[in-house]
Amino acid sequence: MSGLIGRKVGMTTVFDGQGNQIVCTVIEAGPCVVTQIRTRERDGYEAVQLGFGERRLKSTPRPLQGHFQKAGTTPKGKLVEFRGFPIESLALGQQIRVEEIFQEGDRVHVTGISKGRGFQGVVKRHGFAGVGTRTHGQHNRERAPGSLSGSTFPAKVPKGRRMAGRMGGDRVTVRNLEVVRIFPEHNLLLVKGAVPGPKNGFVEIRKG
Amino acid sequence: MEHLLKVVEATQLRDDIPVFNPGDTVNVHVRVVEGDKERIQQFQGVVIAIRGEGAKKTFTVRKVSDGVGVERIFPLYSPRIAKIELVRQGRVRRAKLYYLRNLQGKAARIREKRPTSSGNTESSHTA
Repeated sequence: MSGLIGRKVGMTTVFDGQGNQIVCTVIEAGPCVVTQIRTRERDGYEAVQLGFGERRLKSTPRPLQGHFQKAGTTPKGKLVEFRGFPIESLALGQQIRVEEIFQEGDRVHVTGISKGRGFQGVVKRHGFAGVGTRTHGQHNRERAPGSLSGSTFPAKVPKGRRMAGRMGGDRVTVRNLEVVRIFPEHNLLLVKGAVPGPKNGFVEIRKG
Repeated sequence: MEHLLKVVEATQLRDDIPVFNPGDTVNVHVRVVEGDKERIQQFQGVVIAIRGEGAKKTFTVRKVSDGVGVERIFPLYSPRIAKIELVRQGRVRRAKLYYLRNLQGKAARIREKRPTSSGNTESSHTA
């Protein structure tokens, strides 16, 4: 389950050997810096904390500045812990690049924060069908959720009933995406299909 | 960030594709794979739309075959396109020629582009 932190660049298409057009997401993955190593003795579990993306020293809190100093790196914008790295062979401040972790054809899980969509109705947010017709006496109930529950029985709305509300801005993982191509000289990773989040948004890429 | 996308798309582009515009008549040589055999199929018609940019660019070719209108959308840089021949340059005044779908026969003709005195006949679509 080793992985990397990256930044979503955008989407494009590439052609495979058979001439099929493959829609894929371009991710600038790494190089990441090892900022902390969690050991079983001290932390109770084994993991590696990686940092990615530059951050101004001025806007870095003092305690974090010390954290980065310890690792011997410049302040990083995003820190994520990954399990499954061989921690014995890693050192603080070590750089990890795309080509060391991923190969073309690998399956990866990509995690990001989905685009915020604001307050959305039930049709967009939960895929309700709406009323389905504009006429036949529907007045303004075209995208309404319909009945929430029964009447005398059970005389209440069940907990977790799907309703309108804030949508997006959630942590979303898309699993089993295929690594289509890697451009080590530009730290680029091409992944088949879409990935959560806006362009320039941070994503975590884990080995599937 | 955008330039990193260009890095990826640059690997997909082809430089053996002629410049053409909506209104032009092109003959597209398409590689068709049937079983384990590959042959070339030609599709000649009028370019009625070009959309997208970079590696995602596609164009739509329309022809009337046995009285039935047929349109095919090709990715411009697809390796399945063996060759594109520019047959005829047409003079049109818009970028999307969807109005041709409602026209038949004589009305669906497109005026041929005359070379201007400056010799400048072409413009858009450079990789």
